[in-house]
Amino acid sequence: MAHAYTPGLKVLHETIIHKERRLPLKGIVLVENGKEVTPDDIVAKTDLPGNVQMVNVANQLNIDTEDVNDAMITKEGTAVSKGEMIAETKGLFGLFKTNVTAPVDGTIEVISDTTGQVVIRESPIPVEIDAYMSGFIKEVIPEEGVIIESEGVFIQGIFGIAGESRGELSVIVDSRETEITEDMITPDCKGKIVVGGSFISLKAYKKAIQLKVAGVVVGGFNYFDLEDILGYTLGVAITGSEDLITSLILTEGYGKIRMGTQTFDLLKNHHGKFASMNGATQIRAGVIRPEIVIPLTKDQLKGDHKDSDASEGIQAGSLVRVIRAPYFGRMGKVIDLPSELRKMESETMVRVAIIEIDGENIEIPRANLEMVEID
Amino acid sequence: MELRSILATDCGSTTTKAILIELMDGEYRLQVRGEAPTTVEAPFEDVTKGVLNAVMEVEELSGKKILNGDQIITPQNGSNGVDIYISTSSAGGGLQMMVAGVVKGMTGESAERAALGAGSIVMDVLASNDGRKPHEKITRIRQLRPDMILLSGGIDGGTTKHVVELAEILAAANPKPRLGQNYKLPVIYAGNNKAVNKIEETLGEITDLDVTENIRPVLEMENLKPSRDKIHDLFMEHVMQQAPGYKKLMSWTDAPIMPTPGAVGALIEMVAQKENISVVGVDIGGATTDIFSVFQKQFNRTVSANLGMSYSICNVLAEATLANVLRWVPFDIDEKELTNRIGNKMIRPTTVPQSLEELVIEQAIAREALRLSFIQHKSFAVNLKGVQKERTISDAFEQTDSGETLVDMKELDLLVGSGGVLSHAPRREQSARMLIDSFLPEGITQLAVDSIFMMPQLGVMANIEKEELSEEAKKAAFEVFEKDCLIHLGTCIAPTGKAKQNLVVLTAELTLKNGNQETHKIQFGELLRIEVPFEPVNIKLTPGKGLDIGSGKNEPIETTIYGGVVGIIFDGRGRPLDISKDPKQRIDDLKKWSDAVNEYPNFNQNSNS
Repeated sequence: MAHAYTPGLKVLHETIIHKERRLPLKGIVLVENGKEVTPDDIVAKTDLPGNVQMVNVANQLNIDTEDVNDAMITKEGTAVSKGEMIAETKGLFGLFKTNVTAPVDGTIEVISDTTGQVVIRESPIPVEIDAYMSGFIKEVIPEEGVIIESEGVFIQGIFGIAGESRGELSVIVDSRETEITEDMITPDCKGKIVVGGSFISLKAYKKAIQLKVAGVVVGGFNYFDLEDILGYTLGVAITGSEDLITSLILTEGYGKIRMGTQTFDLLKNHHGKFASMNGATQIRAGVIRPEIVIPLTKDQLKGDHKDSDASEGIQAGSLVRVIRAPYFGRMGKVIDLPSELRKMESETMVRVAIIEIDGENIEIPRANLEMVEID
Repeated sequence: MELRSILATDCGSTTTKAILIELMDGEYRLQVRGEAPTTVEAPFEDVTKGVLNAVMEVEELSGKKILNGDQIITPQNGSNGVDIYISTSSAGGGLQMMVAGVVKGMTGESAERAALGAGSIVMDVLASNDGRKPHEKITRIRQLRPDMILLSGGIDGGTTKHVVELAEILAAANPKPRLGQNYKLPVIYAGNNKAVNKIEETLGEITDLDVTENIRPVLEMENLKPSRDKIHDLFMEHVMQQAPGYKKLMSWTDAPIMPTPGAVGALIEMVAQKENISVVGVDIGGATTDIFSVFQKQFNRTVSANLGMSYSICNVLAEATLANVLRWVPFDIDEKELTNRIGNKMIRPTTVPQSLEELVIEQAIAREALRLSFIQHKSFAVNLKGVQKERTISDAFEQTDSGETLVDMKELDLLVGSGGVLSHAPRREQSARMLIDSFLPEGITQLAVDSIFMMPQLGVMANIEKEELSEEAKKAAFEVFEKDCLIHLGTCIAPTGKAKQNLVVLTAELTLKNGNQETHKIQFGELLRIEVPFEPVNIKLTPGKGLDIGSGKNEPIETTIYGGVVGIIFDGRGRPLDISKDPKQRIDDLKKWSDAVNEYPNFNQNSNS
């Protein structure tokens, strides 16, 4: 049977989710295999090497670099406090001495007689990693981190900003076509992940930040409004480190685009449950899409999920979404996948799929289709 | 040794491309090409799987047996197998380097040139005078986690203090390599030879230090080759060893694997040398645009890291501004809708333009990405800075200085474009227009595109060092480059200077191969295309008053040029090119120029009707 490989976003109502929680440098893992965790539990920690300050002692004392060692009061490996004298000249008959003090608390790491520099390293910076989602420790990676397993809902968005967040899921619109407007964001939303339909305006999103809403999940947002939020023009879609209270996930893209039925219905069914989300997006080789995870308890699981095999790709009958103009955002069913190249209006020769949209058969380049992966 | 067949692959970050070259009737020709998705990432995590898939496609298309299970059959045995197998790679983000030099504009720049020339992405240039405090530099080194560092500084025998200071900063940062936690970061030292002991003392323990010849032994001379070679060696020894499946791939190849842009650069450098011409080559990709040039026998490469057609398309919009993109769009469009559309291309980078309107917008953005990348290239491809020049009395009146750009558009003989938007444009006329509008060639310039992006494979082929293979491989690379790789678009002829509207800026008298003679008068603001295939045309060009066609103001030229699939394009729009700020006039001009070369015939029909 003809098929095509096309990237798809996952919208899964029950699946097993694995999350790797890894330290940036080796450290200590605080949990054991099998332990149950909640999102705020610390699972691993380490100390990053402290910042480094370089002090040009030769310059400050106006001496030759090879004389620096003689002028040093403190030696390599000694701890020093801010303001403490670390080097001094002999002066003239013990008078007219000049000295250098430590600019920070730290340890003298290197004294160089080639450059006259003294390197002071500040105290280590502690780093902790939490569990992010509820679940249990599936695997411990010694000295590096853990893999947490959970069962529940897993939804991928197309683009997001700001990193991890968590809170109670709250669907605040009636339908997937409805926009989130400013008046819908109320103090009630504080600490929650709010779900909307097709769009959120800049004003409404700013109000969400102001009211400390944990996150927003919505169909679309204006690209040009991102600048107002980020303070710069987003040139490449690599996000996650923005310092924002309210994470944002778009399920469809830029502009007003109604949220996919499956996505909206699934989120609506879990209104009120506790969810974790991550807006971090990286669209490069090694793509990272933003995600919403709703861990479910044993009694909430129906056990009716089947592992879908996305590697089969698009086939006749697959449900797909068009991801580029002129039919952007429309969903349809694949009728046929002709093997020969077809000429588009742009005169580009491409492989196409014939899609049924609202009872009409339309030719669309396969590259402009996204498989909707549901379970 | 006679080579009967060559298999070459290029492992890109998304696609692995394989080509098969065979000796047919005494000449090397491309037989077939196959491709498959690259398999560096999960779930496969083995680059050789993608290579085998691409080679299997080559097998299917050529009917030739190349694989024996998971092994490439070398040398050729009867009709099975190939004599040699070679490869390039840019998978896993390519080679990412950080370079350091004492003075940013001198050793810093030389180090950057060496790293770029070797095919790496330069993440940052550290210098004693870059304005950053030591702790800021340290934080930056830690954040970036490069694959390799090139440290230079000072002329041989000169002062050692500053370069040792840079080494101390590196030591304090104690950088970790990007891939793999269990090996030391490779550092190449190519600075003042007097400082070698001190550098070894400072960095020898904590890094994998390699010392090579000074990149700037004296102020007046750059010595980049030893550093470039060392980068290639370490790329193979360290970086590639960490990437999944590369150890196996390296055991298959008959020559070292080269970073993709390094191979393209090597090929362009050799072509320029062989033909004794000035060349500019451009590769516009999804994330980056690479420009290579050879002027006055000097090779330069730049990478505009965030000017590309998909992943970084929004950055093109940000850097070029919407107004500059719209300059090339021959219809009115809602600006907010346009930015959302471009944003959606960024987050769904693999989509293709289905409607003509989408194609026109994409090609407008490509013009700006190319224009900005070329500006960056021109400011980097310069004479050595800091060199004292002997001046005569006449020079003293000219304000020329060291550090002036080597790029002289009047000198440029050949402009080669590659990358999806140029190589796969539905009409070659569109590729020619994009090249002309963004590079603005002056005088007489031949235009070409690399049809299926074969330059990386040909580059590594031309660079094989094994003595018994080198000569034949080079011959094969050049023959295939000339006959199968390049699609000759034609020649652009553009007088420089300004004139009044409708005034004749150029008179061209052509004698075609069949003996026919034609005369054309080109007016200011006009674009004229003459359809002539890739064959010699004798031409006499007489510029209008005050204008220059390459040999000075008002001076005529008689020469031989070549047509191509597009033909000869006379560009009478003047240099620099001004596009009207009045929207109606701009749209009229754009349509007129499009019609002249038959760029978007359907669009013009639609919009006129």
